[in-house]
Amino acid sequence: MARTAIPGGLSARRAWRSATLADRRPETAQAVTLVLDVPDWPGHVPGQHVDVRLTSEDGYRATRSYSVAAPTDGDALELTVQRVPDGEVSTFLCDDLRRGDTVEVRGPLGGWFVWRPGQPGPVLLVAGGSGVVPLMSMLRARPAGSASPFRLVYSARSPEDLLYREELARRAAENDGVEVGLVFTRSAPEGDRRGVGRLRPEDLTGHGWSVDDAPTCYVCGPTGFVESAAAHLVALGHPPERIRTERFGPSGP
Amino acid sequence: MNNESAADAAFDGNVMAGPLSEVFAVDITTAQGRCRGCGTTSVIATLRVYGPDPGLVGRCPGCDDVLVRIVRTPDAVWLDLAGLTSLRVAVPAGVAGVPASSGGDA
Repeated sequence: MARTAIPGGLSARRAWRSATLADRRPETAQAVTLVLDVPDWPGHVPGQHVDVRLTSEDGYRATRSYSVAAPTDGDALELTVQRVPDGEVSTFLCDDLRRGDTVEVRGPLGGWFVWRPGQPGPVLLVAGGSGVVPLMSMLRARPAGSASPFRLVYSARSPEDLLYREELARRAAENDGVEVGLVFTRSAPEGDRRGVGRLRPEDLTGHGWSVDDAPTCYVCGPTGFVESAAAHLVALGHPPERIRTERFGPSGP
Repeated sequence: MNNESAADAAFDGNVMAGPLSEVFAVDITTAQGRCRGCGTTSVIATLRVYGPDPGLVGRCPGCDDVLVRIVRTPDAVWLDLAGLTSLRVAVPAGVAGVPASSGGDA
């Protein structure tokens, strides 16, 4: 049967699983990382997402998709959820879900916007706002000492809106082939030489990051951001087939 | 991925992976679909998608025609693929029971 070729088995990927909140870490004033315990989690590829389903006491159900924020780690599944004003699922997950509470998850999902450890060549990650979450899963999956350099260009409204701020600074300081470039659209730290403004083509270039280095590019963020960033990459000469995108929502960071 | 947003938000075909997994045995978001309207071939993950409620609507990046609609009711998945003339699904070569040539356009 063909289905035996599907990793984790067909029913495993399709099934809704019970997931228990094991831990929660605030990331910013508006975002939290949830660590869910999912018994027999089959593992996932960096960049994949899960569907999260909530069921209220009266049977009403709501389902939303969230990127996984970290590589496979046994039964622990990390999601970083950005609070959306009036969003019924994100506000519940950010404000009301307590340790020991359960939700349902389905996945891992999506085979397009993924980076497979072992995939050769440099990687250029371009994030707008909470679009950094699946890219962080890729960055965290990069083995120490890897020959594949990674560069993350991360656009956020302000320094206070940065997810994973300390970890990104630490990874960039390790001199292990990870570069992080920050772009601020509303307010920048004092003395920031770039100044404030939306992503510009020159933000995507840099020493060792020319088109000739042939990086695979992953762009994730709100729709307007993704379209503009992908257009910049194409204009710089990156072939469209090496640009992968994931977009959500209408507004930019 | 963080698909809770304002009404009429534009997502992309990546968000269809979960609902499609209820119907198909393989990941259809990596398949290539051909638009009946303009003939553009697109990876399903790259469609512009509106939703998620009451359902997901995937549009052609070439001409904006509706290619895929998915609505989940309590006991059924409604799937409308009328905007596609073909769907090319890559399969691992040599999988038992599935000739490698079946990955071509329908």
